[in-house]
Amino acid sequence: MNLIYFAYIRESIGKSSETIDLPDDVDTVNGLLKHLETKGDNYKTAFAQSDLIRVAVNEEYVSLDRKITGSDEIAIFPPMTGG
Amino acid sequence: MRISAQAEDFDISQEINLLKEARTDLGAIATFTGLVRDIHGEKRVKKMTLEHFPGMAEKELTKIGVLASERWPLEGLTIIHRYGELYPGDNIVLVITTSHHREAAFKAAEFIMDWLKTDAPFWKKEETEDGNHWVAAKSEDDNNKDRWN
Repeated sequence: MNLIYFAYIRESIGKSSETIDLPDDVDTVNGLLKHLETKGDNYKTAFAQSDLIRVAVNEEYVSLDRKITGSDEIAIFPPMTGG
Repeated sequence: MRISAQAEDFDISQEINLLKEARTDLGAIATFTGLVRDIHGEKRVKKMTLEHFPGMAEKELTKIGVLASERWPLEGLTIIHRYGELYPGDNIVLVITTSHHREAAFKAAEFIMDWLKTDAPFWKKEETEDGNHWVAAKSEDDNNKDRWN
C-alpha cells in the first residue's frame, strides 16, 4: 500500500511517502492510523492531534471509518491552508 | 475552465485577455488575487512555502470550479494557485470569473475562494523572525464555506 504525507505530518514522520504491507486485520483508515502508530514515536507525534487528521483515498477525501484495501493510495495530511 | 497549480507567477492582465479574447457579449469580469502578507498576527513574515498535493490539487480546484459553474451563469473561469517558495508581496492565488452580469461574477469568485480555503490541498509554512511554523487552519474558513449551503 502506498502512503503519502504532507505538511507537518510529513515532517513529523520524517518522509513524504512509503510503501507498507497492509496487515490482514486492518481494513479502515482508522485501523491504518493505529497500525502506523505501532511503528514508532514519530507516527504517534504526527497523529497526536486526531482532530487535525485529514485523509484522502485515491485522491478523494474520506472519513476515518472508510474501508481500505492494499491497492489503495492513502494520503494523510492536516487541514488545508491554501488560498 | 482554466485550472492550474504552478510554481511560476501569473500575469493578471494576460489571464483576463485569455477570457475576453474575441468576445463582445461579456458584461462582467471579476478577479480576486491573494497575496503573501509580511505580517501574521504580531509576527513579521519573511518567507512562505506552499506545499501541495500534485494531481489532487488540480482535481479539487476543478471540482470547485464546476460547483460554481453549476450555481451561477458563468461564461469563463480561471483558477490559478501557486506553490513553492514565496515572499511578501508575491501572488498566491488568482480567480477570474466572467459573466453577462456582475452579480454572478462577484458571487462565484467569492464562493470559489471560500471553498478553495478548506478543500484545495495546499499548506502554508511561514518563516518568521521567531522561526518556521505551519499555518493553522481557521474555523472561520469552515464557516465561510458553510454559508453557501
